[in-house]
Amino acid sequence: MGAQKKGAAARVSEDAEDLARHPLQAILLADSFTTKFRPITLERPKVLLPLANIPMIDYTLAWLESAGVEEVFVFCCAHSKQVINYLENSEWSSHPNFSVSTIESHDSTGAGDALRLIYERHVIHGDFVLISGDTVSNMSLTQALQEHKERRKKDSNAVMTMVVKKSKHSPITQQSRLGTDELFMAINPDTKELLCYEDKAEYSKGFISLDKTLIADNPSIVLHNDKQDCYIDICSEEVLSIFTDNFDYQHLRRHFVKGLLVDDLMGYKIFTHEIHSSYAARIDNFRSYDTVSKDIIQRWTYPFVPDVLCGNSAIKVERQGTYRASEVTLSRSAQICPFTVIGQGTKIGNDTKISHSVIGEGCSIGSNVTIEGSYVWNNVTIEDGCQLRHAIVCDGVIMKSGAVLEPGVVLSFKVVVGKQFVVPAYSMVSLLQQPTQQDSDEELEYADSSSAITGAVDKVNGDATSDLSETRYGPTSELGTGGVGYIWSIFEGGNDEEWRHSVAPIPTDKLAKIMLEKDKDEELLTQDGNVVSPSGDLKSDSDGNASDNNDNEGSYVSFEKEVEATFLRAVLENHEVDNAILEVNGLRLSYNLASVDCAGAIFYSMMKWAVESSHNARASELHKNAAAIITKWKKLLKYYLHGIDEEIEVILKFEEICLESCREFSPLFPQILHLLYDKEIIQEEAILRWADEKEGADESDKVFVRQSESFLQWLREAEEEEDEEEEEEEEEK
Amino acid sequence: MPDTQALVNDFLNKLKKRKIEGSQATAKQTAELLRSVISQTRVPYTNQAGALIDSVKAVGERLIAANPVELAVGNIVRRVLHIIREEDLSLTTAAMAGLNLSAVSDDEDDTDRDDHPVLSAAAVAAASRSTLRPPSLQTLLEDVPDSAAVPHTSSSGGDSEGKSKSADKSSRSRKLKHDVIEAVNELIQDINTCHEQIAEQAVEHIHQNEVILTLGSSRTVLEFLCAAKEKKRSFRVFVAEGAPRYQGHLLAKELVARGLQTTLITDSAVFAMISRVNMVIVGAHAVMANGGVIAPVGLNMVALAAQKHAVPFVVLAGSHKLCPLYPHNPEVLLNELRSPSELLDFGEFSDLMDFGSGKGAPLLHVVNPTFDYVPPKLVSLFITDTGGHNPSYMYRLIADYYSADDLVVQRRPTSGN
Repeated sequence: MGAQKKGAAARVSEDAEDLARHPLQAILLADSFTTKFRPITLERPKVLLPLANIPMIDYTLAWLESAGVEEVFVFCCAHSKQVINYLENSEWSSHPNFSVSTIESHDSTGAGDALRLIYERHVIHGDFVLISGDTVSNMSLTQALQEHKERRKKDSNAVMTMVVKKSKHSPITQQSRLGTDELFMAINPDTKELLCYEDKAEYSKGFISLDKTLIADNPSIVLHNDKQDCYIDICSEEVLSIFTDNFDYQHLRRHFVKGLLVDDLMGYKIFTHEIHSSYAARIDNFRSYDTVSKDIIQRWTYPFVPDVLCGNSAIKVERQGTYRASEVTLSRSAQICPFTVIGQGTKIGNDTKISHSVIGEGCSIGSNVTIEGSYVWNNVTIEDGCQLRHAIVCDGVIMKSGAVLEPGVVLSFKVVVGKQFVVPAYSMVSLLQQPTQQDSDEELEYADSSSAITGAVDKVNGDATSDLSETRYGPTSELGTGGVGYIWSIFEGGNDEEWRHSVAPIPTDKLAKIMLEKDKDEELLTQDGNVVSPSGDLKSDSDGNASDNNDNEGSYVSFEKEVEATFLRAVLENHEVDNAILEVNGLRLSYNLASVDCAGAIFYSMMKWAVESSHNARASELHKNAAAIITKWKKLLKYYLHGIDEEIEVILKFEEICLESCREFSPLFPQILHLLYDKEIIQEEAILRWADEKEGADESDKVFVRQSESFLQWLREAEEEEDEEEEEEEEEK
Repeated sequence: MPDTQALVNDFLNKLKKRKIEGSQATAKQTAELLRSVISQTRVPYTNQAGALIDSVKAVGERLIAANPVELAVGNIVRRVLHIIREEDLSLTTAAMAGLNLSAVSDDEDDTDRDDHPVLSAAAVAAASRSTLRPPSLQTLLEDVPDSAAVPHTSSSGGDSEGKSKSADKSSRSRKLKHDVIEAVNELIQDINTCHEQIAEQAVEHIHQNEVILTLGSSRTVLEFLCAAKEKKRSFRVFVAEGAPRYQGHLLAKELVARGLQTTLITDSAVFAMISRVNMVIVGAHAVMANGGVIAPVGLNMVALAAQKHAVPFVVLAGSHKLCPLYPHNPEVLLNELRSPSELLDFGEFSDLMDFGSGKGAPLLHVVNPTFDYVPPKLVSLFITDTGGHNPSYMYRLIADYYSADDLVVQRRPTSGN
């Protein structure tokens, strides 16, 4: 009876859980934690930049609202005040059934910090959508959510569903469409589980490696390079706690996704949801800004298009996809070509030609101006005879008559370009000076220098009126007579990479270069393919191997360091041997090495510790220490010694140690070898094989063989005796 | 009034996001929303009709702006405005009639009402200005002698008449709102039943062994065909699939489920099949004042095919689809361009949408318009809930439903709403 009641109660509570439907929540990161939109983002947060004359965040919020999300937490970091002010004054603050609340932070340096902060607030209950404020989409979430929930019911480790979209593969498409790096994903086609995620930025060597256990565990794997990551994730509550547990996770993809994929202790799984007819893309850099703008103008994002999204200041779509607001003053002889957006209150003069461009509100454009593929924001003054090609011109810019912007130019807020001045291609121009403090790590750079820069911005804004004359003097030379602003020197990437992320189309010579490289790659591939066949080209084979080895060596060295650190921690904090094994295993998987390497590395760390823990270099103490350590940690070492080969490797490693890193051991070589034999770490067969191998080597290599000659002799005799005994025994029988 | 405000915002949002599909649903929801707006509006002592009209206009303007393509919204707003004017007018005429009676028979009553004569002058002036509009076709036809004559005399203003009108006011103020709400309810009822009303006429149009062609999917058409089927007519239906949304597939499914012999064809096969067709029956998005039809894309082609082969082209439209505007009016947005993803898969063609290479301008442009405009000369017959009409008669039908003053719904600058 009691049990029955209990069961009933449990069922009721389950039902109640189902009934008490949590409102669908979303976390919107209103900060991309990158510097790709500099210098514009020094003065305005990226999410408030206009995309076809509507701030980016409006697209994201409108999508979330129509996808059925009821509660959105907007996380603002850089320029948080601007974001909060904007949201408070927008229609979103008074929306029924859709609440937008902001979470402010001043010291977050990445998405990881943001999510940890949100976790501390305890505002997320249940599944949520994780999205960045620069994502444009019109997909329906219903199906993806449904799939996610069903998977969760079956397997509580399915913590995340990632939305991906097919993007036709062509040698340069990925690059030229969104300006992102090529992305490789391994997906199990049946379960849609994500098995591997590599962006080419880190794997520039042209190949990726898959853990062989993946192939063992999954009946089939499909490796895609035609998938585009939409940066829309449906996450379970656990994701936040995973971030809190792993305090070093910052980047959503590079740290979190890869971390989960590599880590097989917790067994968290990530799944993918592919969208077909709907649109989703993230604006990551200037090139994707250009592409997404054009996609919006071509209405791929319907119903999130300018004429629908801003209902009040009626924008109408005219023939051939020209969007025109209601109060535009257009000269009779002005030519507006297809795919152009013109904002309210803009005046356009005689014989001006505008094509494939977005013109903001309240701009005044003179006569004989050519604007092509450019993004002109609000209240910009362009005087007669200017030419703009593939440029971004921010609010309040003044271009004096005859000024020319070459492709890829970005003019930040309130810059003034002097008469007849030609701004060279790909220049970034700002009223603010380029921050000098540069960090090698792009991700961290923003956070490091942001506080200093925002201070500078405030100062400039404050001084703008009073010191205008003063500022005019300084940079005048840089932007022609009467010009105001600094041309930033190009630093990102160091070499001439600026064309990759610019709004301008890739110049033909660069395109040709990419194609050429691609061909080369393919040639290399075919050569590699030949290697497999017996008629293979030996030279390319050795080349390939050499680079392979170099590469492995590099990763091995860092692996060794990691193992050493792990071992030291284990020793100092008195960890259990089993735990140490687990940790080393984790390292082994993440570096994708064999257990041979582990054995070598562990042995190396043990010896190193033995040296460090002895106070003087006296041989006897060293020996004692080494003996103690080996005795204590032999289980750890033994774990990786599966056979003779691994044992020989350890001996070779020991040799290496004695020769290179810890010469203190060289006199002790035979003793330690004996010790290893005594502790049953190394079998006599391994030692003998090692000695045999060394037989034919150079004299210099034989030092240790010679040293331990007596021990070897003893071993051989013992063996012979054994053999003899056996023989005798056999004879007796 | 915050309650209605929230309702209005909610509905506005739905319209903006194109979440309401179909003009019937839109029309019904608009009417219901306006009903609650009217019932929440506080009516002042004088000029009540004006106040109601103002508040309806205020809401209506925003509704129309939210989705200018959905003409049904504007139609319903104008219908409601017209209802208010009509009710007000009929009350006024009733008062006039009452006065004539009372002046003769009931002196006592008259002295009673003389208690508040102060209001009379201003009230009469305002009331007469706002309520006395030129009579519509319907009123002209229905109550010819009284209503047409009385307003004109009253505006010239006999004193005694004015007095009694203001005295009548207290009862009238409650009555006007009540009457308007009643009339709006009737309108909602009409919208609800328009399918049945139209379907009732099916047997008169569909004959034995005929072949009917339709394109896309329309609920009105479905009901119409099924009604004929229920009356034991046996006929066949050709359904053109209606690319790119392929709603014809759904219609074919429904028709087959109800036991109709159905043939599904592609849109491009319409010309090939039209010679075997006896009648084309289609639904519409809106019917303009000149008898032109705004209809799902592809219908102009069907209409041309029908004309070529002298096949009757019949358009079914509930009265909420009758739009008092002409297609050349500047505020009419004839079309909406939907997402190109309905035509082709973005993934497959993303290499053509590549702006990074070449000149930075895509060579491929995908256009996906939602509607076609079928000129009135291609339409043989309109079937509305009031019966069959010739395209050239549409403007008179429309004059019955709408007042000329409401064609442009714009708030008067003075209204503070």
